[in-house]
This record gives sequence, C-alpha cells and structure tokens, in this order.
Amino acid sequence: MSFTWSGVTRSVFAAACFALISLAPVPSHAAAKIQHLVSPGGIEAWFVQDATVPLVAMEYAFKGGASQDPADKAGVGNMVASLLDEGAADLDSRTFHERLDRRAIQLSFEITRDTLRGSLRMLKANSDEAFGLLHLSLTAPRFDTGDVERIRSQIVAGLRRDTTSPNALASRKFLQMAFGDHPYGRTNSGTLDSVPKIEVGDLRDYVRRVIARDHLKIAVVGDIDPAKLGKLLDQTFGALPAKGDLTPIPDIVAAKPPQRAFIPLDVPQTVVTFGGPGIARHDPNFMAAYIDNHILGGGSLSSRLYKNVREKRGLAYSISESLLWMDHSALFVGMTGTRADRAGETVDAINAEVRRMAEDGPTQKELDEAKSYLKGSQMLALDTSSKLATGLLQYQMDGLGIDYIEKRNAIVDAVTLDQARQVAKQLWGQGLLTVVVGRAPQAAAQPAAARPPAH
Amino acid sequence: MTSLPRLVVRTATAILLALAPLLLPASTAAAQTITSPRPTTFTLSNGLAVVIIPDHRTPVVTQMIWYKVGSADETPGKSGLAHFLEHLMFKGTAKHPEGEFSQTVLRVGGNENAFTSADYTGYYQRVPRDQLGRMMEFEADRMTGLVLKDENVLPERDVVLEEYNMRVANNPDARLTEQIMAALYLNHPYGRPVIGWHHEIEKLTRADALAFYRRFYAPNNATLVIAGDVDADEIRPAIEKTFGQVPRNPDIPATRVRPQEPPPVAPRTVTLADPRVEQPILRRYYLVPSAKTAAAGESPALDVLAQLMGGGSNAYLYRALVVDHPLAISTSASYQGTALDPTQFSLAVAPKQGVSFQQVEQAMDAVIANLAEHPVPAEDLERVKTQLIADAIYAQDSQATLARWYGAALTVGLTVDDIRSWPDRIRAVTAAQVRDAAKTWLVKTRSVTGYLVKDTAPKPEEKRS
Repeated sequence: MSFTWSGVTRSVFAAACFALISLAPVPSHAAAKIQHLVSPGGIEAWFVQDATVPLVAMEYAFKGGASQDPADKAGVGNMVASLLDEGAADLDSRTFHERLDRRAIQLSFEITRDTLRGSLRMLKANSDEAFGLLHLSLTAPRFDTGDVERIRSQIVAGLRRDTTSPNALASRKFLQMAFGDHPYGRTNSGTLDSVPKIEVGDLRDYVRRVIARDHLKIAVVGDIDPAKLGKLLDQTFGALPAKGDLTPIPDIVAAKPPQRAFIPLDVPQTVVTFGGPGIARHDPNFMAAYIDNHILGGGSLSSRLYKNVREKRGLAYSISESLLWMDHSALFVGMTGTRADRAGETVDAINAEVRRMAEDGPTQKELDEAKSYLKGSQMLALDTSSKLATGLLQYQMDGLGIDYIEKRNAIVDAVTLDQARQVAKQLWGQGLLTVVVGRAPQAAAQPAAARPPAH
Repeated sequence: MTSLPRLVVRTATAILLALAPLLLPASTAAAQTITSPRPTTFTLSNGLAVVIIPDHRTPVVTQMIWYKVGSADETPGKSGLAHFLEHLMFKGTAKHPEGEFSQTVLRVGGNENAFTSADYTGYYQRVPRDQLGRMMEFEADRMTGLVLKDENVLPERDVVLEEYNMRVANNPDARLTEQIMAALYLNHPYGRPVIGWHHEIEKLTRADALAFYRRFYAPNNATLVIAGDVDADEIRPAIEKTFGQVPRNPDIPATRVRPQEPPPVAPRTVTLADPRVEQPILRRYYLVPSAKTAAAGESPALDVLAQLMGGGSNAYLYRALVVDHPLAISTSASYQGTALDPTQFSLAVAPKQGVSFQQVEQAMDAVIANLAEHPVPAEDLERVKTQLIADAIYAQDSQATLARWYGAALTVGLTVDDIRSWPDRIRAVTAAQVRDAAKTWLVKTRSVTGYLVKDTAPKPEEKRS
C-alpha cells in the first residue's frame, strides 16, 4: 500500500531459542551470534556469519529520507533512489545493468520518510564485483539526461495513476490531515507539480547532503568472513564524506482527532484510512502500546477489528492497523476497503472498537495471548538472511542495543495490564482522524459491485 | 498493510519461476557448486504424497498442504467456489471449533494463511518446530472434519465479495486481465477468474461449499510439504498418526481432465474503458504449453524467452520501447510454466503519453519477429541463464519459498526430478530453441491483445438518477 514508512512491520523479533539451536546439527542463524564489526577504516556494521546458503545480504541506510526534500521539490530523494542504479563513473546505465545482470547481483535503493535505504544481495563468489558496483553508484552516480528523463516519466506516470487510485488518495489526504505543512505531510514520491521541476543539480545536492558516513547504519548476513567484509566495507563506504549536511526537521505531534475528510470517487469499494498520534519508539510505554495495537488491529487473523468488521459483519476483506514511528513523530494508522453502501456502518464499527479499547483496554487473556505471540514470533522473523539483515538494520535505526534481541522477551513480559490500559486510553481515547474515499452516501445506495457501464 | 493474500491470482508474478529448483550446481558466473540432499518423499497408504525439505538454520518449520483442486475444477455456474471454500476452511471442525486452530498458531508466535489458483488450493502454517505435531493434528482434522453454518458462511461470502471489489472491481487493469483470460480460453476453464464472476459468487451457498469439499478434499488428492528444522525419520510416525488416519476418497479420479482448447485460429482483441484510467496499458497474452504439456526442452526455452524479453533494464522489450525509442514507460514479460494445462505467455507495455497503441504494438511485434528469425547472441543467452539459475540459489534462503515451489510443481503433476533438473535444463537451452519457441508460440493467432483506455463517455448512472 501507499505507506512506506520505516519500521512498520519490522518490529517483531527477539532472542532465538538457544536450547533448540544448540541441538541443531549445522550452524544456525542464531541471533546470538550478531557481531559488532568495525572495519579497519572504522566503518561499523552488525554482522551474522552464516554459510548455509552461499549468498550475502546487506541492508544499509543513510539518515535523511524524503523529509530532506526541498519544500518546493518534493520527490527529489525518491528520484535519487530511482537513479542510483542507472549508471556510475564510466559505466553508462546499460553497461552498469549488464554488469549486475551478468552475475545476478541484486542492487536496489528505496526512499523512506527518514532514510535513503539500500539493499545488496549477491552470490558469495561475486562479492567483490557487487560491492564494487555499489561503491560506484554511491560515489559517482551519472544522472545522464536520458536516464533522468526516463525515470522521471515513470514517476510522473505513477503519480498520474495515483490521482484516481482510492488508496493513494486516502493516504495522501491522511498525511496532510495529520501533518499539514510539515515535511511528513508530503508523499515520498512528490507531486505532479514538483517532479517536473526537479533538476540534475537538485539530485546532486541531495546526494551531497545525505550520502555520508556520519549517519550510516549497516547490517550484513551471509557467507563471508569478517576480515573480507571489513575490507569490502572500507572500499565501498570509506571514501564517502565524513559528514552530511542535513536540514533539521522539527518534531511534530499529529493533528488532534477527531477529524474527518471525504473525497468523492466513483469506485465500487470505498477505502477508509483512520489513525491518530502514535507513540515514540523510545517511550517506556512503547511495548505496551505495541501489544495493544496487536490486539486491536495487528496483522493477524484474530485482531478485534478483524473479528468484528470482517468475520462477524462481512464488511471488509482487509482491515488492519499499525504503529508507525518516525524520527520526529509517530502515528497509528489503519486501512480498510468496504462496500460503498455500508461504508458508514464500517466507520461506526471501527470507531466502536477503538472506543472500547480506549475505555476498557485489553483483557488479561488477550494480553497474555498477545505476549505469547510476540515472544514466539521472533524466530520466524529471523528465518532468512534478508529478513535478518533487515531486522538488524531496523534495530540500529531505532537506537536499540545489539543485545536487544536477548532482552526483548523480558520487555514484553514486564508489560502489566494497568500499563496496557493506561496506554490504550492515551492512544485511542481521542477518537480518529478518518479519510473516506468513495461514492457519496447517496450514490452508494446504487448496487455495490462493479457493473459494466452499459449492457 | 494487509494480511497475506488469501488468493493467488493467476496473473500474479509470485510463482513466476515456480519450476525453479532447490539446490543445484551454481551458475557459471557463480563459479561455485553446491549440492544438497534430495528432499525426502513418500506416499502414505491412503494416498497422501509427502515431501520433507530440511532447513536447519532456525528452529522453525513450515507446514503446507496442497489440494489438487482449483478454480478450473469448478462446475460451470459455480465460479469462485474453490476460493470460497478456502475461506470457509477457517470456520472450525467438530473437534476444534472456529478460531482454535488460528489461536493456537498465534499463541506460539506463528503465522498462517491460504491461497487458491486455477490448479490448486493450499494452506500453510509457520511455527516453532516443536509445534509441528499439533499443526499436523489440526490440518489432518480439517481435511474431512469441516463444520459449516449459515451464520458464518454468509458473512464470509460478503468478505469474498469485498475481496473481489478490492482486487478486481476497484482495479481497471485487473478487469482488463479478466477479459483477456476469458477471450484467450474458448473452452478451457482457465478462462474463468479464480475469484469467480461476481454474479455467481453472490449465489454460492453452504451446500455448494460442502459438496465441493467432500468431492475434492481427501488425502489421495493432496500433497503435504514440510520444510524446516526437522528430520524426516523422526516426524514420519506423527504424519502417519495424523494424516495417515484420514480415509481415502475412492471417487477421486487419478487424473484431472478438463475441457481442452481447440487450435486457436484467430487473433482476438479486447478493449476495456474505465473513466479512472490515467495510464493506458497494452497487454498481449499467448496460449502456450505449460511445463506439464510441453515437449522436452520447450518449457525451459519459454522461461529463457520471457527473461530475455522482460527481465530487467537490459531486457529486449525495455531496450526497444523505453530506452532506445521513447515509446513506453515500462514493459514486462512473463511465462507461467507451472500449470496443468496449456498456459499463458504474457507481455505488457505502458505507452508514453501521446504514443499510440499502434506504435508500441509495432515496436513490440518487431522485437518478437526478430527473436523468431534470428538466434539470440550468446552473451545475452548466458546472461539470462545466469539470472534464472541464480534465482534458485536465492530461493534457498527461504524455506517458505522452497515449500511453495515444490508444492506447486508436484500439485500440477511434475516430479521432484523435474524440479531438481530445472537448472540443468535451463543451462541446456540453445539459441535455436529460443528462436523456435518464439516462432512457434508467439504468433498472433494464438493471442489476445487487450487495451486499457480511459472512458470519456458520460456515465449511465447519471442518466438513471
């Protein structure tokens, strides 16, 4: 969907079960083996060495994502992320891709609200080439005119499509409602006004300000030895500027609920986005809030919203809610799609569940079961190299210690029912910011399903 | 945002390379060879096929049960029934009432879901390995023990109708694809949407679902895939004790026979107009052999052809239509090899503003004509083979992906050897075979071309009110 904040789904980890791991006959992905690697040149990374599969996965991030876009040029960071793999140094786009493809190296970049992120996966034998190409893309991107215009036209086409997409319209409106003129109120990909104005100079300026060593975080998992990795990290990141030049972003609390907006669009399914101010990652009550959110609308097939909106009433196929945390704010956000002629009923049902959570909090049984889930799910979140690397990067972005995985169960266990109730009231007690995109209530009384326009 | 999809739509790319293998000598470029033990396979006396894939990195296990039934096995008039039943399989049994199975999975930190395609319906759980025994007990129990009541069937039908609205009705491109598939298949049920036609979904009943369930859900119509930190010898007794106790259904035929396509003789076109279309799209679908129906070497050649045309920034379509000539925004090509019956090779192009469908179609046809006339350069062939084979190594990183590859392939009638030899067969594809595949199969008479356009006509609703 349209929300691409960091930290949405990466929060469920913790210590692998050591007793079981010790029985395993081959090396495991045990989180217990996370190394804090410092390269000879001083580049730091969290690293898990694992030779089960002959590949290496690296995830890394530079602080300063879409929120670093100039106010009148939203979308610069996104455009940079889309162009960094389109040629570097003396390799034009075609040659650069040829070099990647020839060795099946997977190199990609992504913009989030607070970071420019990268992902690199390679077969073990190709690590020199893979890191070498990454080095070029970070230090000497070409931004050739033909490539810039090609990528720009793709981004603009996507933005044009968004103008009639109910999900995109709902997400955009929700961000505006929550954050107004703050950089978080903009969408990462920019607008139909801003993207055509972006020039190569803007791209280069963004690279200069953001791609630097001072806020770089790295996680690596796979079949490579630490000495070799240290050398490759130096070759790749060592020559970057020591310091970036980030524009300070003010902290902001999302708008106070309740507020509502309606955007008319003639679609068979009405899309509803709802949410409100969230909770900071470092707040002592964060885990209590995380557990409450899991009970109310977390991604499982058993949340209160799932049961009461989908299972019992058949109002929606998909309904869920997440906590989102950013460097300068936090939200809870949910989304669902519902039959046009029952959208009012769906919004009422969501509000009733949110109110019930705010007033009564979870039950002891719900709390116990949610804790049990969160503790058990840790291992499942660690079962591939890429997932493990992604998780280890997220912990670093969140400012957690390298021993967090071992400590997490105790943090979950420490949450009390009183604390969970208190946080529930704080988070959901104000009601909701709600955006509804669909047919106006009157028109929605027409048949709900798509009918061919003419028979 | 959403939970995992309950539906694998046939046009999704998720199982694009579903034939790709487990473990294999690595690509030439990888300059590395790895070997792995063959997965353990056996068949219980009640006919249940079992595949066990070891992955000892983490103490986690994935259980997947695959039924050999999909939307193409539905009775005409009951489209969407296979998928509707998939939803209803979460409604509980006499022994384990609604919610108990899911709650058990959650309590141990696991996750679960289900999916339906034209050829299969699958259910899976990922849990800590010490929970596997309970998962087997639950899954074996609901193979024949499902209890359905109108009070939970009818709201679930509304849920499926909302799924239809989300995936299809709200999405003009999905509506175009639905029309293309219906036009591509004149006689075979692959022409029906997996999710069903709306007017038929809304009439499906509890009795329909139960009849379908009794007809198709049985051990002799299923494959059990267990991937993860397990030892085959250790878990076999538990499999016997749970799944082994479910009686076979003698009425299930040994082979799956569907009405087949006549030889295609006419190029078809469909145009879908929708007022919300801001980006026109051209899609071309060809009727081509699946891995199951193809002659030796033909299916890997189609895999290579799709990768040459659509894989990455140096793919032929992207170069010709996006990079070398500014005609299009994006292009794609894919081949759905894992299917029981003749399947689709599909191309898509999003034209730039101001460029006509005719212009992009000419350029696309020129790429195809070139492929059908000239052998591809050796270096291009080598590049795409390396990519395809490397995908198989990347896939080893995920036990769930491996379980899915094996499950899908075995369910459409391929063998473990077919899967394991896939890299070798990719490696053996010659330039001449690729040329022949293009020449034989990418011909207009075998195809439907679909156009997604903006509807600028006044809406009929406005006239009505």
